[in-house]
Amino acid sequence: MLQVENLTVYYQTLKGQVRALENASFTLADGEIMGLAGESGCGKTTLGHSLIHLSPPMTHIGGRVLLNGQELPLADMQKMDAYRFNEISIIPQYAMNAMNPIRKIGQMTEELLRAKKADVKTVMAALKDRLEMVKLPQEVLGLYPIELSGGMKQRMVMVLSTLLDPELLIADEITSALDVASQKAVSEMLVEFRDQHCCNSVIFITHDISILYQIADSILIMYAGQLAEKASTETIIHNPRHPYTRLLISALPEIGVRYSDKRLTGIPGKTPLLLNPPQGCRFRERCPLAFEKCAEVPPFVEIEPGHSVACWKEGSADA
Amino acid sequence: MRKYFGRKLLIYLLTFFLAVTIDWLIPRFMPGNPVANMLARVSVNSTAASVMQEYYTHLFGLDLPLWQQYLNFWANLLRGDLGISAYLFPKPVTQVLMNAIPYDVALLLPAILLSWLAGNNFGAVAARSKWLDNTVSPIGYILTATPYMWLGILLAWFFGIILDVFPIAGAYSFSLSPTLSWKFIGDVLLHWFLPFFSLFMVQFGGWAIGMRNMIIYELEADYSHYLEALGAPRSLIRRYAFNNAVLPQLSGLALQLGVIVAGALVTEVVFSYPGIGYLLLAAIQNQDYFLIQGCFLFIIIGVLLANFVIDIVYVLVDPRTRRGMTGEAA
Amino acid sequence: MKALKQKNEFLYFALRNRKLQIGLGVILFFVLLAAFGPLLTDYEPFDYVNPTGPVAPSSKYWLGTTFFGQDVFTQVVMGLRATFLIAILGSGIATLVGMLLGFLAGYRGGILDEIINVLTNIVLVIPTMAVLLIIAAYLQVRSLTMESILIGLTAWPWAARAIRAQTFSLRTRDFVDMARMSGESSFKIIFSEIAPNMMSYLVMTFILQFGGAILNAATLDFIGLGPTNAISLGLIMQYSMMWGALQFGMWWWFVPPGLAITLIVGALYSMNVGLDEVFNPKLREM
Repeated sequence: MLQVENLTVYYQTLKGQVRALENASFTLADGEIMGLAGESGCGKTTLGHSLIHLSPPMTHIGGRVLLNGQELPLADMQKMDAYRFNEISIIPQYAMNAMNPIRKIGQMTEELLRAKKADVKTVMAALKDRLEMVKLPQEVLGLYPIELSGGMKQRMVMVLSTLLDPELLIADEITSALDVASQKAVSEMLVEFRDQHCCNSVIFITHDISILYQIADSILIMYAGQLAEKASTETIIHNPRHPYTRLLISALPEIGVRYSDKRLTGIPGKTPLLLNPPQGCRFRERCPLAFEKCAEVPPFVEIEPGHSVACWKEGSADA
Repeated sequence: MRKYFGRKLLIYLLTFFLAVTIDWLIPRFMPGNPVANMLARVSVNSTAASVMQEYYTHLFGLDLPLWQQYLNFWANLLRGDLGISAYLFPKPVTQVLMNAIPYDVALLLPAILLSWLAGNNFGAVAARSKWLDNTVSPIGYILTATPYMWLGILLAWFFGIILDVFPIAGAYSFSLSPTLSWKFIGDVLLHWFLPFFSLFMVQFGGWAIGMRNMIIYELEADYSHYLEALGAPRSLIRRYAFNNAVLPQLSGLALQLGVIVAGALVTEVVFSYPGIGYLLLAAIQNQDYFLIQGCFLFIIIGVLLANFVIDIVYVLVDPRTRRGMTGEAA
Repeated sequence: MKALKQKNEFLYFALRNRKLQIGLGVILFFVLLAAFGPLLTDYEPFDYVNPTGPVAPSSKYWLGTTFFGQDVFTQVVMGLRATFLIAILGSGIATLVGMLLGFLAGYRGGILDEIINVLTNIVLVIPTMAVLLIIAAYLQVRSLTMESILIGLTAWPWAARAIRAQTFSLRTRDFVDMARMSGESSFKIIFSEIAPNMMSYLVMTFILQFGGAILNAATLDFIGLGPTNAISLGLIMQYSMMWGALQFGMWWWFVPPGLAITLIVGALYSMNVGLDEVFNPKLREM
């Protein structure tokens, strides 16, 4: 189980701090696949990365993260190494180029495992089964990354990242570079990985809500560095409470149809710059329901079991 | 892989063909009459003049059509006949050059290999910390910006004149005759060191800078970030980055060969080191055109051979060329 | 609007980049020295001004005199002029030829690309200096202009290759497609769409060519194939070696010209690294 408490992460730039993640608190249950969605630049990637590799220019400002009750040394690059890959792993957005181009894949895997002091023999044996699960032939281990197709590389990296059965897997936009058919296949494989206990909980970062509808147990919506709403997938799709989520969902012409960032411009206004974000709720400039209270930051409160919203209208209505 | 080598060989053959053609073309189509000039110079020695005159008429055979002159030129070349040196009359140019080659090899081979290896390793270390980077990089940039002959002159002045610990001219002392004795070998090494060292230093700076920049680029590559995210130890990430960065450095070596050879020429001039560069200076001062042409051809052949060796090494180091995935090394 | 903002951002970083500042400062110093230096001296470079021959630097002869009593400062200042002239002409020609071939090959592709590629590879493999040598050796009278043209015509392959690669990656971009669909000519697309988008690249190529031309000219001069009717930094070094400056310890004869070349070329490299940092945000130091 993952508990994130008031996690705040800024980017240090020459022009000042970019407030990319502000006071994020949520929990992720064992075996839960949580979709993390929002427009590009909303902080979803920052959130995902800060859980595993919080490196400069990202700076840990405050808050803590507990994995199975144990606090993660987020800001300590060295100490975090013990958790990376073993307990927390990531399938990066750039999976196509994630493997050393001049090493055979099998050789690279072995070197990585040895460097991580893992039980190389057992894991390499398990690797064979994993390859089968993602329908890759054993021969890929003798190949160089350049000899694999894009989809094959994606699946290979998926296998690699989960080799040590991490407690938490962060899947960062793993479907965005793929065609629709492969998107579906890869997402389903991810679910199977979870079912086969190759990983415990999953955070699935995407801007494509329709994919989440197919595979996610819950969805967390972010807006401009703040959490907006978290609930079960059904609730988010059919009964969203945050005005932003509502606009987002209504902008989907039909569930199952992919929307792109472009369509979101259907919501009037534009996302605030996070270099000098407005006080209070950052959505209030675009929000049809905004009132004076919104000048204060709304707390991210649970309005019903498993359903949290950060909105003065919603939070107070139920309180 | 066959395609890779095929392409490379084609380029090299075309280059050689072009070089020989230039070598043939230039004396014939340059303004003035260089060969007459050359003959005027040797005319002090009347036998030489008449032999040269005869040779010249025979070789250039101006009464023959151009295509036949051209074919003759190739025929002579392939027999290893590059004419007779006017400056070292009556030695054939080929023989004069053959005597100079060992000195060039002894100077260039260690200077190129050692500076490349040392520079790469040093650059990789420099990329490791900001402090090292801030001290090493400026030195590296100054070294690569230094003209080869000037560093040679400075070294000769400092070690040869001020400290007087190294000889600054020739390949061995006049008082010694070449024998296989320790004394002679020591003397040869002593004469070899400064020209070697100045060649080494200028190149070293270049490779260190190159590696430093390449490795920083590679450390920003996706595969490095992935390993970081998986908590791989720094040593593994650096090793991978280094292995990847060595490849462009290797193609860089092939591209730099011409510049390095030019550097060797002037370094030999500074130290009166009897390689091709020194010969070339003498040939230019004495207007010995056959010798100049011979130097030109030998330099081209040497660079082409070295390029080919680097291509082979590249295939050994980069698996992708072996699998026929990429065709271009340099 | 966006482009303007980007330009301002580049300017912001350019003005604050130490490497760029140092590089520009050094270059500016030498350019001013070359431009106004002759006003500071009463001598001509080849005049035998000091009848006693060589003397060390003094208030009368700032950088001393040569073996023959010529003023080294005057020679260096005039040599700087020659160096800059050769560098501008040589690198200008090389960059222009490189742009022409690089744009053509990268934009047109196909068989033209193949031919240019083979040609580039050939000229790249041939040691430039060897070709310069053999041509220069047969010229009885060699001028600075001639030397620059020769250097420019042998140095273009680097530029051509780099520009080809950039053009190749730009030609499939949206804005180029748009221009092509709206029926603009290749020439117009190259110069109004592609070239401006790789300006930083072109500038950096030119700077590297500039430094290369200076070093090439020095080598050529030093080996005795420099201009026959002028003075240059390479020639000063050649004369100093020919007339035993080393043996007689006349360091003021060979140190200044080499130092000037090293500083100028080093400053150019420094500028290049600085510009690289300005244009590639990834390399900027936080």
